[in-house]
Amino acid sequence: MTATTELVSYDEALAAFDPVLGLEVHVELNTASKMFCGCPTVFGAEPNTQVCPVCLGLPGALPVVNGAAVEAAIRIGLALNCNIAEWCRFARKNYFYPDMPKNFQTSQYDEPIAFDGWTDVAVDTVDGVESFRVEIERAHMEEDTGKSLHVGGSTGRIHGAVHSLLDYNRAGVPLIEIVTKPIEGAGTNAPAVARAYVAHLRELLLGLGVSDVRMEQGSLRCDVNLSLRPAPSAPLGTRSETKNVNSLRSVERAVRYEVSRQAAVLTAGRHVVQETRHWHEDTGVTTSGRSKEAAEDYRYFPEPDLAPIAPSRAWVEELRASLPEPPRERRARLQAEWGMSDLDMRDVVGAGALPLVEQTVAAGADPQAAKKWWLSELARRANERNVELAELPITPAQVAEIQGLVDVNRVNDKLARQVFDGVLAGEGTPEEVVVARGLEVVSDDSALGDAVDKAIAANPDVAEKVRGGKVAAAGALIGVVMKEMRGQADAGRVRELIIERLT
Amino acid sequence: MAEDTSGPDPLDHPVADPTITRDEVAHLAHLARIDLTDAELDHLAPQLDQILDAVAKVSEVAAGDIPPTSHAVPLTNVFRADQVRPGLSVDEVLAGAPESEQQRFRVPRILGEEA
Amino acid sequence: MSDLVRMTALQLADAIARGETTSVEVTQACLDRIVAVDETVHAFLHVDADGALAAARDSDQRRAAGRPASALDGVPIAVKDVLATKGMPTTCGSRILQGWVPPYDATVVARLRAAGLPILGKTNMDEFAMGSSTEHSAYGPSRNPWDLDRVPGGSGGGSSAAVAAYEAPLAIGTDTGGSIRQPAAVTGTVGAKPTYGGVSRYGLVALASSLDQAGPCTRSVADAAALHEIIGGHDPMDSTSIDQPLPALRDAVAGAERSGGDLSGLRVGVVKELGGEGYQDGVRARFDEVTKLITDAGAQVVEVSCPHFDYALGAYYLILPSEASSNLAKFDAMRYGLRLLPEGVEAPSAEQVMTATRAAGFGAEVKRRIILGTYALSSGYYDAYYGQAQKVRTLVARDFEAAFAQVDVLVSPTAPTTAFRIGDKLDDPLAMYLNDIATIPANLAGVAGISVPSGLADEDGLPAGLQVLAPALADDRLYRVGAAVESLLHERWGGPLLSQAPELGGRS
Repeated sequence: MTATTELVSYDEALAAFDPVLGLEVHVELNTASKMFCGCPTVFGAEPNTQVCPVCLGLPGALPVVNGAAVEAAIRIGLALNCNIAEWCRFARKNYFYPDMPKNFQTSQYDEPIAFDGWTDVAVDTVDGVESFRVEIERAHMEEDTGKSLHVGGSTGRIHGAVHSLLDYNRAGVPLIEIVTKPIEGAGTNAPAVARAYVAHLRELLLGLGVSDVRMEQGSLRCDVNLSLRPAPSAPLGTRSETKNVNSLRSVERAVRYEVSRQAAVLTAGRHVVQETRHWHEDTGVTTSGRSKEAAEDYRYFPEPDLAPIAPSRAWVEELRASLPEPPRERRARLQAEWGMSDLDMRDVVGAGALPLVEQTVAAGADPQAAKKWWLSELARRANERNVELAELPITPAQVAEIQGLVDVNRVNDKLARQVFDGVLAGEGTPEEVVVARGLEVVSDDSALGDAVDKAIAANPDVAEKVRGGKVAAAGALIGVVMKEMRGQADAGRVRELIIERLT
Repeated sequence: MAEDTSGPDPLDHPVADPTITRDEVAHLAHLARIDLTDAELDHLAPQLDQILDAVAKVSEVAAGDIPPTSHAVPLTNVFRADQVRPGLSVDEVLAGAPESEQQRFRVPRILGEEA
Repeated sequence: MSDLVRMTALQLADAIARGETTSVEVTQACLDRIVAVDETVHAFLHVDADGALAAARDSDQRRAAGRPASALDGVPIAVKDVLATKGMPTTCGSRILQGWVPPYDATVVARLRAAGLPILGKTNMDEFAMGSSTEHSAYGPSRNPWDLDRVPGGSGGGSSAAVAAYEAPLAIGTDTGGSIRQPAAVTGTVGAKPTYGGVSRYGLVALASSLDQAGPCTRSVADAAALHEIIGGHDPMDSTSIDQPLPALRDAVAGAERSGGDLSGLRVGVVKELGGEGYQDGVRARFDEVTKLITDAGAQVVEVSCPHFDYALGAYYLILPSEASSNLAKFDAMRYGLRLLPEGVEAPSAEQVMTATRAAGFGAEVKRRIILGTYALSSGYYDAYYGQAQKVRTLVARDFEAAFAQVDVLVSPTAPTTAFRIGDKLDDPLAMYLNDIATIPANLAGVAGISVPSGLADEDGLPAGLQVLAPALADDRLYRVGAAVESLLHERWGGPLLSQAPELGGRS
């Protein structure tokens, strides 16, 4: 049993120690088929419906490399400014675990396809946005494992389970593991750097179109390594590896927690144990997992069932030339084009809405309006539904169409919100929703005139004020008319009609 | 990651003189997930020792600058197009399973943590 | 015994094509022969009479319609139990796979079916192909038709025994260190190991991935060439499959037949390192006779040295166990095959069930090699063992390269001894491993090899084999030289060596 120690506060911890980060990110590629066989990779299929002799590890079956996965790996490597291996192999990582059908993982060991890169990330600090360079150790190809469901005991958890159920649909889905070099010099910004790096990777991978990067579905998974040392000049301390930290917020929290925990251990004069730790989303703490001392001996050796990979330089250069614009450059360009402030841009990027806003603008909307809808109205709904913005059942083109309706005064902002409701509820296109729900603004004078007359009659004192020259008092009458018309009135025209009648 | 394998060496003795003890065989059997009886351990350790003596002859060859060979006809870049192919039906998948439940393979409780 | 079962595959194909017999008759004759002798020989682990006869009926329909699917359409075959057969049990001679019925066909099996060969059943083998005698089969040894107290070689002793006992005209074997060639030698039959990558490994339950190769087991060189052409060639499901057309193998046999065994212009190398100490006198005597015979037939025979072959056995017994330890990890009681609960453990964990099942499901030799391979790959030992063995492999390959720069083919005895008695080497692994001393170099370098009968050893009257080795992708040379040697020896013997084998007692 490990002794429990009071945590040291984050600020105290970082006054006494220098944190060194390391991040290992697993990305599931969005190829149509798996890494070594032709099974589909669709998320959420019925159990064991996307398997074949190869990914089930049946005796005799053999792997064949998915060329598209290699291409994606090279593109990721290039986007991270890595060298691309001239010759590399897959290796077998041997260990027994029931979610791994062959009891070895086909991975890469000492010959990764991409190595020695870097990427600059924009970190949100108290002093504003700062650029921070993260060095990349390697990016290599491997295959995902199946999924286990632990039955009995507390549901879903491994401890106390009576038996487990295995679904191999995910087994063999192509993974790229991206490993940073030790990230030094982040200081008190370490949690923000970790978060910014993962957010940056997500944006970069999305831009490359190689992955869905849905952290909540596990298509992007993050392991956080952290160690402390007394000073930046001191040798690296012992690190912990916190597994499966699967949201941006959790990445930040896990770093903070580990800084405090390790500082407490060190302050108490004890040693940090090199171990894997588990992140608990609900409580925001990490707990001890497997100690590295008892770690398996993986007995790596080159995979004899696969041929080496030797990407020609011509192919690599062709892929390099076709890379999309890097995220930073893209952001700077869009910010200039849109005339947005740093703060606005930061909000858009932070919300993960950049591509959505970009596509909405491309569909004809004003950038500020596009930002407004995605970051307020739609962000709220995504939050309510607990999904990513991009997962809402509405397209950027539809958002632009709704804004177009506002622009021509067919709906006002309030009615526009109801159009969003309708589209999100699957009632059809914005146009169809407007028609079906009868949401169009009424600017027909005869309909409005009756309501205006009624309002004046019901509020003689207000009417008197307006007659007496207090035009601002008309606002109260407009409110009454709008209420009467259930918001569906052209407020500008109502105002005109009131003024006409009373002056 | 490369560091993952560089744990303490469980079989700490020089390679030049390969001897394999009963305890080492027991450790290897655990790595290989084979439950060996005491009698098997007693029998196997000297046999493995003898075999290792014989195969250790490979270390007599000075081969410092010799590249390793894995296959007769060297092939590279053997790729498959990213196309979906039909797999097995669920019945076929689970037909050989010792036990199944909810369309999944049912296995005894899994100890320990995901590696 | 029906005359049909004594005919070679190509003779049967001819007879079927001419309408003198049918595939159903031939298949039934083989099934009858299996019933008559297999209780004694134990070549088969599983016989699929219904499936074979159904395939034979289909074949007869194709023949009747004038659309045979291949040169061997309708000729029945036995398949080593290491190849996945859809709907037919596949055990690899192991208890751990007892009752496993694969949901898919190995590529070799799919090609046999497509070519119209009825599959008689699955043949016995050393467990997971580890052995040289079939004594390591979990289902009991096969017996050598020449002497039932002796082994039929291994690991593919079931296939060699089936062919030698006239239970099947053809069989598929697999050769990781000699498992096709050595059984052929000790049963007086023909067995060829194609160039690595020449025949698909998809569906071949892997022993050592970088060494395994499936190939034909037959009673004539021409049959082997015909079968090799059916199962060989590129397969996109096997990343190590060579994407080139096979050389013309049957043409090579036809060429040898046309020239009446003339070997003028052929350069033959006798490998100095394969034939000295440890080789039985009678085996050496037959080998020397054959080299004289081919010299007389016009070949230029020289001695060549392959110095690194002396290290081949060591390299092989590091590479094979290493790869096998990983390949056999999948047999873990979770998804298929045997599942045993450990005794006296309440609610055992997956890991406990795994270790208990592997302990009970694997035999002694398999455990020995898994432990050895686990050791050779473990951290701190890799470079000295697996890494060094892969370098020795390069040296062996270079020896072959240098030799093939001087000669067209290499020859040696296939195995150092004739068939040994059942039980003699069972618990002496090193003695057992030495059976493969002459066949292993070809697997390490991936070159092609064949064993053809060379005669009977004087001291025991049992068959010995001549091994012919050719460079990678030059498998045609095996068949040219093999067919020439075969015809010269048949002339001398007045027929196939196998006709000198004792009649097996039985019900026919």
